[in-house]
Amino acid sequence: MNITDFLFFVFAGLVIAAALGVVLSRNPVHSVLFLILTFFACSAIWLMLEAEFLAITLVLVYVGAVMVLFLFVVMMLDINVAKMREGFVNYLPVGALFAVAIVAAMIWVVGPVGPDVMGTASLDQAVRHAADYSNTEALGEILYTDYVLPFEIAAVILLVAIIAAIALTLRRRPTTKYQTPGKQIKVKRNDRLKIIKMDAEVSND
Amino acid sequence: MIDSSMIGLTSYLTLAAILFAISVAGIFLNRKNVVVLLMCIELMLLAANINFIAFSHYLNDSAGQVFVFFILTVAAAEAAIGLAILVVLFRSRQTIDVEDLDALKG
Repeated sequence: MNITDFLFFVFAGLVIAAALGVVLSRNPVHSVLFLILTFFACSAIWLMLEAEFLAITLVLVYVGAVMVLFLFVVMMLDINVAKMREGFVNYLPVGALFAVAIVAAMIWVVGPVGPDVMGTASLDQAVRHAADYSNTEALGEILYTDYVLPFEIAAVILLVAIIAAIALTLRRRPTTKYQTPGKQIKVKRNDRLKIIKMDAEVSND
Repeated sequence: MIDSSMIGLTSYLTLAAILFAISVAGIFLNRKNVVVLLMCIELMLLAANINFIAFSHYLNDSAGQVFVFFILTVAAAEAAIGLAILVVLFRSRQTIDVEDLDALKG
């Protein structure tokens, strides 16, 4: 067991422990923070798989944007934590049963024990790239050639998501005072200025 | 150089399987709280991404990493729209309990 194996077990344990924290913690804010820990540990796992670009993307996009969004929403909503936990203990046995069944089935199919139906055991020796190999460059080369159409569709999906999120949450409160630039630009002199004809004042001194 | 590592593809696949099972159990346990349900879906997508990257590494094919890139994009869009729907829901109903959201029931 070398240092890479040791690091794998440390980070894999961290992923599993933090995922359990997400599922089991009482407070949704704690769930979000555990999810951030899961993403950090997972990005370390991805670094060991030589997917450097995606590991950094996971931290920047997920921890930096998506999880902050989650944190905002959890803190903005006034959630009754006690009411949300009703029935938690009742569902615990069936949830644990399903989890154990899924893990057993998946390890039987792809894991180190079982009949090895997918032939995964023969793939255990990976090609190690040289030190000057650039993962980002290799990813960019196929992303902008073979996958350029899916890449543009992904951009459109993100645009739709931006517009949908803004359109859903935008609301105009009648009590808020705000300026309308269009009306300000269209205003004429006569709307603001009134010239009144009046007699000149004559001093009696 | 002979790699003496005892960690192989099956180790990563097992890790992803355990992560997926935890998130399925989380959906069973936290079925009242929509926010935690969304977080469990994020965990499921993460488990799928680990599988993609592990296969991409051991088959020496970068296409798997491109797929992870697209999954991350779609998951970010899904989280943004899901949370926006959640905020609108809370404004109109003052609750995010799944059992209270039965307005369409006859």
